[in-house]
Amino acid sequence: MSTTTTPQTPAPAPTPASDLIGSGQEGGIRDQVSAYLQRVRGGDMGGLPAIAGFVVLCILFTALSPYFLTERNFANLLTQAATLVMLAMALVFVILLGEIDLSAGVTSGVAMSLFVVLSDPGGLNLNWILALLVSLITGIVIGMFIGFFVARVGIPSFVVTLGLFLGFQGLQLIIIGDGGLYRIQQPEILAIQNSNMPDWAGWVMLVVMIAISLATSLLDRRRRTRAGVPNRTIALMWIRLVVIAVIAGIVIALLNQNRGTGFLAVSGVPIVVPITLFILWLGTFILDRTRFGRYLYAVGGNAEAARRAGIKVVGIKWAAFTVCSFLAVVSGVFSASKVGSVDAAFGRDIVLSGVAAAVVGGVSLFGGRGRLIHGAIGALVIAVITNGLGLLNLPGGVNFLVTGGVLILAATIDAVSRVRSGGSLIRR
Amino acid sequence: MDSPLIELIDVKKSFGPVSVLKGVSLKVFPGKITALVGDNGAGKSTLIKGLAGVQPYDEGEVKFDGQPVALHNPREASRLGIEVVYQDLALCDNLDIVQNMFLGREETTLGTFDEGQMEREASETLRSLSVRTVKSVRQKVSSLSGGQRQTVAIARSVLKSARVVILDEPTAALGVAQTEQVLALVKRLAEKGVGVLMISHNLVDVFQVADYISVLYLGQMVASIETSATTSDDVVGYITGSKTYTGASI
Repeated sequence: MSTTTTPQTPAPAPTPASDLIGSGQEGGIRDQVSAYLQRVRGGDMGGLPAIAGFVVLCILFTALSPYFLTERNFANLLTQAATLVMLAMALVFVILLGEIDLSAGVTSGVAMSLFVVLSDPGGLNLNWILALLVSLITGIVIGMFIGFFVARVGIPSFVVTLGLFLGFQGLQLIIIGDGGLYRIQQPEILAIQNSNMPDWAGWVMLVVMIAISLATSLLDRRRRTRAGVPNRTIALMWIRLVVIAVIAGIVIALLNQNRGTGFLAVSGVPIVVPITLFILWLGTFILDRTRFGRYLYAVGGNAEAARRAGIKVVGIKWAAFTVCSFLAVVSGVFSASKVGSVDAAFGRDIVLSGVAAAVVGGVSLFGGRGRLIHGAIGALVIAVITNGLGLLNLPGGVNFLVTGGVLILAATIDAVSRVRSGGSLIRR
Repeated sequence: MDSPLIELIDVKKSFGPVSVLKGVSLKVFPGKITALVGDNGAGKSTLIKGLAGVQPYDEGEVKFDGQPVALHNPREASRLGIEVVYQDLALCDNLDIVQNMFLGREETTLGTFDEGQMEREASETLRSLSVRTVKSVRQKVSSLSGGQRQTVAIARSVLKSARVVILDEPTAALGVAQTEQVLALVKRLAEKGVGVLMISHNLVDVFQVADYISVLYLGQMVASIETSATTSDDVVGYITGSKTYTGASI
């Protein structure tokens, strides 16, 4: 990659007799690995620092606390993280545009307030499915509202969503009532975070994951073969599948251990996990393989270029804010399920953690760089800090300090890698 | 001489009271490079924006292949095969070469990208332009040099059977070697039968590649000449208004 950036050289030695210009897919594992290392050295690190951070933190907390690496805490960590993972994935859609949604948290608050008020058995007693639909649609409407002001009217998203952040706290207060608190009473909602799939379903999930991954890989390879362009060596595909199978297999095996403390055996993968994985898969599919996803990256990279290429920039922005608010409400459902209640402050504090998670995961706030899974990994890092420090019985303030430090560290890594990847450009 | 691919006849454009194009005529021939020169404010940008359909002309006739056509928006221009490569390149740094070349017109099967097909076509287009400086079509544009970026932008314009390519100062920000590469590319573009209209301030470049030179002075076409029939000094004179061309227009 960086070898061709040396400027001012006249045409290099004639290309070898191959028919086509290279695509970086040629060569065996050794070539691929060295090309990857070259990309990383060039500053294209993606989620690597966050994954490394996650592993280091896990090792650290395992050493410091006997409770950290237990089946029980492991399941706990996943359900604690689920809300933040979903919110970070929601925010990735707007951050990719170089925009921000500060109201994502309170949007989920407004939507979940509506849910509890509508479905309250002592009150309106609406069917919970209908109430859930109403809150999800509320999320979509709010997203379109934000999109209208950002994309159509042209107000910076920071300002629009800051206004909504303030305003929706009031709206939430009005919906819930002063000092009110509603318990979540629907077992279906509570089950998302508090119940587990049967043990066998975990293994089915693993098989489905591997089958989907294998199918898309093979389909990609067939399309490339049909077009007559080289494929990556097939060994890489198998390695990737084995890595997924081993990691996911270990996680599922751990979760299928009995982690109950009393007479009742508790085991299985929490229901929230397959829901989150499905949304992650679907979102990644859309971002990587469809026009909407590609145009999202294009608008985030260079909106003017996108406009000249005939992309409807306004529509893309609009859609991104809508997706963000919708997924924010899904994260609100996770949170309500975990906490078991909704009050007037629901969702107020989480949004900045969501932004932090995306940045820690390697999503650039300047837009155009980052993937959905980076948001998820960043959220896991922040969740593991909260979880691990909680187990150490440290004062609550330490948690915030460490989280803030990690965020700045991540941003520094991003900035330094930017200088390295863009450095040659600046020198030129 | 071939019949012109594009012929502008007496086009006019004004912004409020300011008349920018005061009746301009211009011809672009297939397989030939026509250089459009003129000082700042002469109306070059307005002229190409009209051709691109971005800012339609107020008056005058546009003929494409001898047929009168309307150019009211960019889509009509691109349907005719008129492509513009703007000075500020309009590439997305965060996307790779293939993604940039196909931006806005991706090949899809069942709603999902056919990356193999796009990669092949991008590679073939670059090769047909004898591009040798790009190592991989999957590198990000942010890693390319200025000349390579210009190459990608030009290749993007000819990806879908362009018939006229308008280049806005293609060598403005380039070093010597890269300028040579881009000029060679422009020549190959014309050899493919594309009509090239190149805006440039650099008369050395113009005399190196252009077949015809059209000089715009304060909204009027003061000279349209064969390059071989004129000199750099004369062209400078036409541009600055200190000389008047008296010969026939091509």
